[in-house]
Amino acid sequence: MHVRHLTLKDFRSYPSAELALTPGVTTFVGLNGQGKTNLVEAIGYLATLGSHRVATDQPLVRFGAAQAIVRGAIVRDEHETMVELEITPGRANRARLGRSPVARPRDVLGTVRTVLFAPEDLSLVKGDPSERRRFLDELLVQRQPRWSGVRSDYDKILKQRNALLKSAAPVLRKGSRRPPRPPRDGEPLVDEARESALQTLDVWNDHLATVGSQLLYARLRLLRDLVPDLADCYDAVSAAPSNARATYRSSLHEELAARIAAGEVPEIDELRAGMLETLDSVRTGEIERGISLVGPHRDDVVLSLGDLPAKGYASHGESWSFALGLKLAAYRLLRRDLGDDPVLVLDDVFAELDSGRRERLAALVGDCEQVLITAAVGADVPDVLRERGSTVLVELGQVVTEAGGEPLEPVPADE
Amino acid sequence: MYEGAVQDLIDELGRLPGVGPKSAQRIAFHLLQQDSEDVNRLVTALTEVKAKVRFCEVCGNVAQAERCRICADPRRDQTSICVVEEPKDVVAIERTREFRGTYHVLGGAISPIDGIGPDDLRVRELMPRLASGEVQEVIIATDPNLEGEATATYLSRLLRDVGVTVTRLASGLPVGGDLEYADEVTLGRAFEGRRQVNA
Repeated sequence: MHVRHLTLKDFRSYPSAELALTPGVTTFVGLNGQGKTNLVEAIGYLATLGSHRVATDQPLVRFGAAQAIVRGAIVRDEHETMVELEITPGRANRARLGRSPVARPRDVLGTVRTVLFAPEDLSLVKGDPSERRRFLDELLVQRQPRWSGVRSDYDKILKQRNALLKSAAPVLRKGSRRPPRPPRDGEPLVDEARESALQTLDVWNDHLATVGSQLLYARLRLLRDLVPDLADCYDAVSAAPSNARATYRSSLHEELAARIAAGEVPEIDELRAGMLETLDSVRTGEIERGISLVGPHRDDVVLSLGDLPAKGYASHGESWSFALGLKLAAYRLLRRDLGDDPVLVLDDVFAELDSGRRERLAALVGDCEQVLITAAVGADVPDVLRERGSTVLVELGQVVTEAGGEPLEPVPADE
Repeated sequence: MYEGAVQDLIDELGRLPGVGPKSAQRIAFHLLQQDSEDVNRLVTALTEVKAKVRFCEVCGNVAQAERCRICADPRRDQTSICVVEEPKDVVAIERTREFRGTYHVLGGAISPIDGIGPDDLRVRELMPRLASGEVQEVIIATDPNLEGEATATYLSRLLRDVGVTVTRLASGLPVGGDLEYADEVTLGRAFEGRRQVNA
């Protein structure tokens, strides 16, 4: 698939912009702060309903404007679909597919798929576990949009469960402060408040394990599919066999976690049972700390080069290549899955790579249907890529094609 | 800001669920233009709703007497109880005219975030109703969302050893709808709950 046309209104630094794109390689060149990344960020937003740079929508809307609009014409198998998102911070976004509004924005997921690699992705290797979890989950959603629903269900259950652990902690820890009800004939003395809190906790355990095991199972299968390509892509970029690996570190009990770390993917029912068992065993700790200690939200992906973990041991360049390897592996996975190329976005990547890696990366992405590249210095992008595609100059929030050309269809703002 | 009484009215109306500041203002000025008679009827209705309405001592539904209309009706089937979250759910199910049993209104669903646990709901009041052995089936009709499902799980665990059949309303495709418009969760549920067609 490729993006044929992109329209922006009040998105980031652009009051309005119309940008025609073609298959093949397009390089956006411009000085720092001119709005190159904003363009590819908008395309990423269409694909994931989120930005790779910020967690909230507020910075996406041009300062002083109430809402931003991103519209893309997406061509897949010679069939064109228009997808539009209206971003209003603090409110639910609205989405259109073709000419008609859809009930929920996530219904447009899957219309355009992107794999975006940006400087921020270095945190995949150097950052917190949450970065790697997010990478897996976002890829899951790109493969099958229904995982977006499963993930948000899981988050909601987790919030409820944590709220229960916090609010019921005093009762769970010490029993209720109310004097217990006088026992009836022969009945054992029961602390009703404590019993009731424990029973409620059991209910949330049940739901957490049901949804959590589904999410875990999906992540494990995804990682199993991803790992062979990861090693392959890393080696292809770095031109040296280095045995790049990724293993899943689960918060489940030791026996199951060991099997998972060894690359096994247990069945959902087994994961669910394992999760319930582990939840029982950490109950005291959870009650003391007031947070949920078991589940996909506590897991991590351990990245390693040869025998050493990448985090802490890999050099800056190696970390960079590793993150790139993960993204390229994701690209291959999606391409295989869909029988179609996602849009590949390389945001400010080439400046960080040595010349050998630049050339090899250029060779790797040469056959992709559409590649969008941003660079502050045009010369950083290997000539092979620039010769095959077009170069777009970006200046002060204006898109100018082919060095020195006229701005593309300047559009007057609505109203 | 308006002066005195008008602003007080707008503020009070604005506290109602589903009424924002703009709507509150519109309603307030609408009331100002009405005849005193019409306004008095509203005032009476408001006063009476607090004074006269109470909750049925059996099922927890809104009632005018000790027992609600449904619990007081001898023709209702006493062998099945339908458990719902709110009185408005009773009205919704009554509209179907499919169910002839009695109800049990919980007054909400389990939601720790909102500080609502089983003890804040009318769960305990359900147990004595099952003690006589007359009740054969408990139908759990809480909302099919996270909190409703959690409440359903809680109830089904609680009732496991009581010796009644516990059922849950089916989830699935809306009648008269198009399959293609169903979201994937609903459609997935519909698959789970599919049944054999007897020709």
